[in-house]
Amino acid sequence: MKHQYLHWSTALVAVDFALIVFALYLVFMWVPSAQEEAGGIAQRIFYFHVPSAFAAFLSFFLVFLGSILYLWKRDWKWDRLAVSAAEIGVVFTSLVLITGPIWAKTAWLKDKTGIWWEWDPRLTTTLVMFFIYIAYLLIRNYAGERAQGARFAAVVGIVGFLDVPIVFMAIRWWRTLHPEPVLESGGLPPSMLFTLVTSFTAVLLFFILLTWARVGLRRAQEDVEELRERIGR
Amino acid sequence: MREFFRQVLNILWKDLISEWHTKDFVTPVLVFALLVIIIFNFAFQPDGESIGLVAPGVLWVAFTFAGVLGLNRSFAREKERGCLDGLMLGPVSREAIYLGKVLGSFMFMFLVELISMPIFSIFLNLPLLMPRLVLVAFLATIGFVAVGTLFAAMAVHTRAREVMLPILFFPIVVPLLIAAVESTSLVMAGASWQSMASWLQMIIAFDIIFLVVSALSFEFVLEQ
Repeated sequence: MKHQYLHWSTALVAVDFALIVFALYLVFMWVPSAQEEAGGIAQRIFYFHVPSAFAAFLSFFLVFLGSILYLWKRDWKWDRLAVSAAEIGVVFTSLVLITGPIWAKTAWLKDKTGIWWEWDPRLTTTLVMFFIYIAYLLIRNYAGERAQGARFAAVVGIVGFLDVPIVFMAIRWWRTLHPEPVLESGGLPPSMLFTLVTSFTAVLLFFILLTWARVGLRRAQEDVEELRERIGR
Repeated sequence: MREFFRQVLNILWKDLISEWHTKDFVTPVLVFALLVIIIFNFAFQPDGESIGLVAPGVLWVAFTFAGVLGLNRSFAREKERGCLDGLMLGPVSREAIYLGKVLGSFMFMFLVELISMPIFSIFLNLPLLMPRLVLVAFLATIGFVAVGTLFAAMAVHTRAREVMLPILFFPIVVPLLIAAVESTSLVMAGASWQSMASWLQMIIAFDIIFLVVSALSFEFVLEQ
């Protein structure tokens, strides 16, 4: 069984590596640059920015799901899923929060100079979400006993996930009172769409493999701890 | 159902009596809220015009920070004297403990707000004690306390508990803070009820959602 898992994941890692290389080729060599208002050449960051954002939201949905199932079934495998997804979600959210401002600096102009940050609904919600899941990871580590940490974190995972849409709505109402930078509108030309779909698949597969590996690693960690306890060290 | 509310009221009564004797919550929290205002005054140096712009924010930052302090106290004192274990052993449901604590913290927090608003209005030269502002404070405090009680019960069981509560609490109450600050500035600008309606609805929606979710998940926090 162990061997089969290894084979499958190795094959998938190889496939994803090829996909990422292909996506990089498309993004940097093949796809035409966007118009100036969208940031021109800097707009290419969008092909990794958007899939990362999607992966981030997906992982926080997994945290929510894992948290509910853990509190309900009390099976450690759900807790492993939730905490692994939270860690990876924080990584992808960081990617979003890093790539976003780099793009914005060239695309969002205010008085003819680019701005790093704008308190717009999507950005602000992502930032708040980032802090909620940092809190999720912190409470686990500070809760002492493992079962208690898992329960506390699960509650944060559920409450936090329910809070995110409310945060988004609140900020949208709040920001309608203020000027907002113009975002790209309308559909994408076919070449851009193709590049986006490719990078999306590559990033998403990467995300799945990463989560899978993290869950496996955590299980191995738990096994080691259990064995260590049994031999009394 | 009657039994449930009797339990809730008993827990509230216990908190009221203990507060009456010690004034552990209201006194330090009130002093803290006033100090925040004074610190902000040095930080912003607001003059006649800008005061109207920063006042709603200052007011709610003071209440939020003071609220965190109070909520921490409210559970720390249960923990210190082994009260929490007693409560958990008693024949009361977790929901009753939660609601009792929420009601108690709400009363103390709202009292602090009612006392500090006239003092703020003297310091900031603004008419702050308006019925509509009291309504905003009333509604928003429900939400703050609903979330805060859940997290305070968690934080008290962790290492570094003083810092754990704000880390959990602040990101979650962002929507409530926005709605409270916005409706406060609308009240201070003398806007109509109409223009405040959507913010008040948001506060009420937040209150209901998080009262229910927190009450339901409270049993996972106090479990042993």
